[in-house]
Amino acid sequence: MLKTFPKGGVHPAEDKYSANNAIETLPLPKTVSIPIAQHIGAPSKPVVNKGDKVKVGDKIAESAGFVSANIHSSVSGIVVKVDNVMDSTGYKRPCVVIDVEGDEWNESIDRSTDLKKEISLTDKEIINKINESGIVGLGGATFPSHVKLSVPAGKRIDVLIINGVECEPYLTSDHRLMLEKAEEMLVGIQILMKALGVNSALIGIENNKPDAISHLDTLVKDYPGIKVHALKVQYPQGGEKQLIKALINREVPSGALPLDVGAVVHNVGTALAVYEAVQKNKPLFERVVTLTGKSVTKPSNFMVRIGTPVTDLVEAAGGLPEDTGKIINGGPMMGKAVNSLEIPVVKGTSGILIMPADLSKRKKESDCIRCAKCVSVCPQGLEPYLLNKLALLEKNDKLETGGVMDCIECGSCSYTCPAGLPLLDYIRLGKSRVSQIIRSRK
Amino acid sequence: MFDVVIAMLPVLAISIYFFGMGAIIVTLTAVVSCLAFEWLIQKYMLKQEPSITDGSALVTGILLAFNMPTNLPIGIIIIGSLVAIGVGKMSFGGLGNNPFNPALVGRVFLLISFPVQMTSWPVPTGFSNSYTDAVTGATPLGVMKEGIGAGESVSAIMDKIPSHMEMFYGHMGGSMGEIAAVALLLGFAYLLIRKVITWHIPISIIATIAIFTGILWMVNPEANADPLFHLLTGGILLGAIFMATDYVTSPMSIKGMWVYGIGIGVITVLIRVFGAYPEGVSFAILIMNAFVPLINMYIKPKRFGEIKND
Repeated sequence: MLKTFPKGGVHPAEDKYSANNAIETLPLPKTVSIPIAQHIGAPSKPVVNKGDKVKVGDKIAESAGFVSANIHSSVSGIVVKVDNVMDSTGYKRPCVVIDVEGDEWNESIDRSTDLKKEISLTDKEIINKINESGIVGLGGATFPSHVKLSVPAGKRIDVLIINGVECEPYLTSDHRLMLEKAEEMLVGIQILMKALGVNSALIGIENNKPDAISHLDTLVKDYPGIKVHALKVQYPQGGEKQLIKALINREVPSGALPLDVGAVVHNVGTALAVYEAVQKNKPLFERVVTLTGKSVTKPSNFMVRIGTPVTDLVEAAGGLPEDTGKIINGGPMMGKAVNSLEIPVVKGTSGILIMPADLSKRKKESDCIRCAKCVSVCPQGLEPYLLNKLALLEKNDKLETGGVMDCIECGSCSYTCPAGLPLLDYIRLGKSRVSQIIRSRK
Repeated sequence: MFDVVIAMLPVLAISIYFFGMGAIIVTLTAVVSCLAFEWLIQKYMLKQEPSITDGSALVTGILLAFNMPTNLPIGIIIIGSLVAIGVGKMSFGGLGNNPFNPALVGRVFLLISFPVQMTSWPVPTGFSNSYTDAVTGATPLGVMKEGIGAGESVSAIMDKIPSHMEMFYGHMGGSMGEIAAVALLLGFAYLLIRKVITWHIPISIIATIAIFTGILWMVNPEANADPLFHLLTGGILLGAIFMATDYVTSPMSIKGMWVYGIGIGVITVLIRVFGAYPEGVSFAILIMNAFVPLINMYIKPKRFGEIKND
């Protein structure tokens, strides 16, 4: 029996068109727009001005608190402005805009490709390095990684969990990384283990990636303490709480963090970024992005500099298909539609999905017939039909007692609803209202 | 919805085999009048876009027919359909908003209004059975109730009614949809395979009735019928598989489904053994339908990471 989480979940069509296409480096863009708020927490403070010359890897914005992250230039060139530019949310947000000239890297970065296995830094130095390099969770949540590694006094962590599940349909960037950068990733995992002081790490991978599972399984023999686990293909297996439950059978209490049950979860892409930062002194300024869709000519995995406009990726994958109905930032389950191709790739961009018009239409809505399918698929044991109604009626107190803050926004309810109700849309709305109320109480 | 219709086809087939034209006439009348009333009410009274293509009125029509004897006059069937659709469903706002199972509302209305016609059961002689002047007889449940009431022993009554095996295949009097356990179980399997319903409601009802009547039977086998007799006769399987599992009128959580199913089982046995009617499934389901909002409010699914307050 493959491991999995015990309750709820769905199995959407996987449609991983780009799974067999190796990572390609995208040509340098002409300009990049690098937002100063790419992570959860306080937006960074820009430290460059119009007219400044920057190199690849230079710090251009500084962390503005403990839960915040540095931001580095992904290109070399001239800062043309620090101004508001539209990002994936559709709002204009402050960005550092740089015109690209050449590709001159900061001298401190080790650009050699040889594997450096030996870890010379101490745990404190590792965490500082990760903080300095602007590393955030690359699975999509973009939570600053050094925060997760700084275990508060009194808490004990005994296991590091590495998320290679990639349960979102279509997306393949983590899959390719596990195949192409496995050794670097494993060293990165060892660095994370050292920073946390744990001697056990578990890599969870959904069973639809047998090549990645067997590849890593062969390699981990040289890395004591690291184990690979194949997991059942069941969405949302990659949800942090679901993954912890599946792998070590511990349940993160409502409102608590994984470290309350002795675990810390990092994404495979983050592990690679940690390797590059600690061993090669390379800050986080590029990432792998899947550009895919049913009608895309060449579904691809690109190594992209942060700040590159999405349109560059679309061109490199063969242009925008004629039947395009919707462009989604992320996967089909949790991703959000965007309204422009000019938006920049950020640290949290794992994929751009181009949906044809016939797959973009919403189902016709009808009345809820209380079939309870949403209740049975909710991995958090919530009652989506009820939360949906409460959100519509703005019953915020009942939403809160109904557990709306436990919703992980996986979208299994909307996916399964035979009445075509956009349950998650309203639940998200209610959740943001309730979270405002909770914040205002403090 | 159309999966439910497919699941009901074996039941329909066996009814036609045993009751002939009557089964066809009753089903067609109920289905056509349910669809017609739904369309007319939506179009002319509620002034909304008719939604008869969603299949729910079709299911209500077939279920209503399943709850009737096959010699029921057409006029009564039409009245039943009007009550089922008009009162049971549309007066609450249509599909999704009705607290009670519409087909059962129709059936119980007819049972109270036309007690004679609703309880004169054609004898299952075969396809050549006549619709208008079928020979009628009592159901095994009726015989049992009357016999026990008259002080006869269960073993003596058993000699007068079909064997368990005959009842399993449907060779007995009764409503057209309740006679053949084998066809109902086939439909149950189909609904489970197609994931239309989960097993919890039917199994909790069946298990409760089996345990409850089993205890009574073990206490005094000469005054109480055996559990298998109870499960094979009357509307228990029809009710448990097709009526109690109605999405709209059943609970949302698995724990709630158990409470609901056990409630239906207990009330059914209470009515059958201690009440005035020989059969009580319809009443039991309607009574528990009324408790569903309460069940949904107080019996919640177990939340992930729930913090126990004790």
